[in-house]
Amino acid sequence: MGVAESPALEVQGVTKRFGDVLANEDVGLRVERGRIHALLGENGAGKSTLVNIIFGLYQADTGEVRRNGEVLNLNGPRDAIAHQIGMVHQHFQLVPVLSVAENVVLGDEPTRHGVVDLDRAAAVVRELSERFGLDIDPKSIVEDLPIGIQQRVEILRALYREVDILILDEPTAVLTPQETNHLLNVLRGLADTGVAVVFITHKLREVMAVADEITVMRRGRVVGHTVPADTDESDLASMMVGRPVELRLKRTPASPGDEMLTIADLVVDDDRQTRALNGINLDIRAGEVVGVAGVEGNGQRELVEAVTGLRGVVSGSIILDGEEITGRSPRQISTMGVAHIPEDREKFGLIGAHTVADNMVLNRYHHRPYSRHGIRRPAAVDDEATRLVEEFDVRPPNIAAMVATLSGGNKQKVVAAREFSHDSKVMVAAQPTRGIDIGNIEFIHRRLIEYRDAGMAILLVSAELDEVLGVSDRVAVIYGGRIVSCEPAEGIDRDRVGRLMLSGADG
Amino acid sequence: MSDLFIRFRWVILTILVFVFVTLFTAEFQQAQTTAVLASALRQSTPLLFGALCGVLCERSGVVNIGIEGQMLLSAFVGFMVASATGSLVAGILAGMATGALMGAGLAGLSVTLQGDQIIAGTVLNIAAFGISSYFFQQGLTLPSGKTSPVSLGPLADLPVIGRVFFINPPLTYLSLILIWLVWFVLFRTRWGLWTRSVGEVPSAAETVGISVARVRYTNLIAGGCLAGLGGAYLSLEAVGSFERMMTNGRGFVALAVMIFGRWNPIGIWGAALLFGYASAVQTQLQFRGWLADDPQFIGMIPYVVCIVVLAGFVGRARPPAAIGQPYSRE
Repeated sequence: MGVAESPALEVQGVTKRFGDVLANEDVGLRVERGRIHALLGENGAGKSTLVNIIFGLYQADTGEVRRNGEVLNLNGPRDAIAHQIGMVHQHFQLVPVLSVAENVVLGDEPTRHGVVDLDRAAAVVRELSERFGLDIDPKSIVEDLPIGIQQRVEILRALYREVDILILDEPTAVLTPQETNHLLNVLRGLADTGVAVVFITHKLREVMAVADEITVMRRGRVVGHTVPADTDESDLASMMVGRPVELRLKRTPASPGDEMLTIADLVVDDDRQTRALNGINLDIRAGEVVGVAGVEGNGQRELVEAVTGLRGVVSGSIILDGEEITGRSPRQISTMGVAHIPEDREKFGLIGAHTVADNMVLNRYHHRPYSRHGIRRPAAVDDEATRLVEEFDVRPPNIAAMVATLSGGNKQKVVAAREFSHDSKVMVAAQPTRGIDIGNIEFIHRRLIEYRDAGMAILLVSAELDEVLGVSDRVAVIYGGRIVSCEPAEGIDRDRVGRLMLSGADG
Repeated sequence: MSDLFIRFRWVILTILVFVFVTLFTAEFQQAQTTAVLASALRQSTPLLFGALCGVLCERSGVVNIGIEGQMLLSAFVGFMVASATGSLVAGILAGMATGALMGAGLAGLSVTLQGDQIIAGTVLNIAAFGISSYFFQQGLTLPSGKTSPVSLGPLADLPVIGRVFFINPPLTYLSLILIWLVWFVLFRTRWGLWTRSVGEVPSAAETVGISVARVRYTNLIAGGCLAGLGGAYLSLEAVGSFERMMTNGRGFVALAVMIFGRWNPIGIWGAALLFGYASAVQTQLQFRGWLADDPQFIGMIPYVVCIVVLAGFVGRARPPAAIGQPYSRE
């Protein structure tokens, strides 16, 4: 590349303020053609603000964005698109009831005599999806498609507009490991055709695997720029968080006690009345973490729901500390000592429109001291919430804030604080660190181990294999609704677990 | 086409039942059957205009419960203008302009000011009732009389349906054309695709460069024109004069018609005909003196049909997802 040639995109000295919050401060970024540029940072580091400025959704207070050396003045996505800048949003911007083809061409439709030419749109989409290995049927309705495919629709939409800068905002947050791999391959293919790819993430493994260049942001500022060859995951993590981070959880060996949770021959159906669990046996002792590894959709969700009482059981039994809990209501099970960090915290773990304080006592608001004779006692709730907010370092430390206004990591801390503080015997933690950043992941993991050491029995279900291997004392692999292996985590072979997850057999 | 049949199976089934009943009665009393059907079409026309207004608004994500008010005030203004100028065309245009202006007002309140759409619509209804009652003068007439039927040549000679469909005044023909026009715009043109996207996921439309505000303003104003035509129909074509509260809840029934027709103009036509038929039967029964001591029970029929249909058949209808929510970019 010649010295004189200007980069595809260059950001210089961009500052953006929202009220009192400095979201971007003197940010610079240089994106070259044909390269994958990872923008790394924790939630709230200012990555999204920066790309929204590049995409014209926000206007910078000061600073400039240059495109091939020319200063851009964008007043909206339309301008960005006109400059061949495309974006795949974290929350997909698709119309679920429309077809793939309609979504792709929306805003720039081929027409014939004023009629939208859907056949031509479909042909273009088919051609694009073949060229880039995306494999999509243009006629399918978007809401019927799995998340990973919907994301491809977003990518196609950008390609249809012939972008040569493609920005992806946390594209892997919602994907399964297989979908992630496919996406990374697609991005590599795009870069090879000369597209500049800007890839926002906080997942270090992906950055190391796919990025050509890495820019790290923290608290609104660029704190580092590097290439994968010159760095490693723990360096990057430290840069992101601003202090040394233990990527490998420090832990002592478990000292398991009595059997706390015994699952015997459990058979459970899924929502479509087909078998999800075909006779699962699993026991967890006090003071140990049993991790369930598996590709999503192999019965993990049904297992969690059955243990917590959210789903009926076809046959088999679940015994909590000698007492049968099969068929009891979720509230009874919770009161008897099963805590639950649900997979979907927004939907099942929290009430977004209620305050942090109310959410902290969701599982016990009807007990003393939070209620007396059916009348709530807000003072007791506030005291407890204040204590928990401090103990679990929820930010901002405001118990009157609506939970919906918190970041993902802080929402998860609220759920964890509530569930851990309930004197439970068993903790069922489903995807406890999904979509939250490294600092908070580390925090939640440490808590899990602390409570384990205090004698809690923990069932950890996670799609992140690294998490299962790093936190668990024993690892069970679930495949097709069966536990195909269960063995100590100490010295386990990662590749072998991966094979078991994919095929249910070791070979 | 076949999925259309499946989607509208309840509408189609209901229409078939009525057609069958009608043909059966026509065997015995053709004149009366023809009269009932013609009356059904007349009764359905204002509902159709109102519901087509509703579909344009709601497909773009704005609830319009002010259709009643738009129709009422348009009926009034249209009548006053036609009465003063002696021109029915001027009256109809004035009615459309009134509806459009009120649509723009609703857009201002709900899109620009991002107010609550139900309250904004209620404002239209109250304003229309107040204004039309306050300025109403007894005794005004239309110098030119109301719009007169136009016969479509040989088509009009067909038995039963000839007299029902092909000898009608102009706004009725216009409503029948508008069904297909609105359908075409919504489902075949670029504007329709934009409208539906804005009504489902406005932020998605905005990110591909579609202005949500522009789409909503345009649709509310265009919808207002249609509601205005509905009002003009009432005062200038159906009755030939203006009365206080002459819409008599038709704007609200139009919303029910829109929902029963599943936000689709063709479904809406079927639904409007059903309600029109219920009204016509009601009139016919009163005319024959059924339950003469308690006519209110007969008068209930269209509304009972409305309730039964909405409660019973429309369970699975899915409104546009973004309906009722003001949209802001950040």
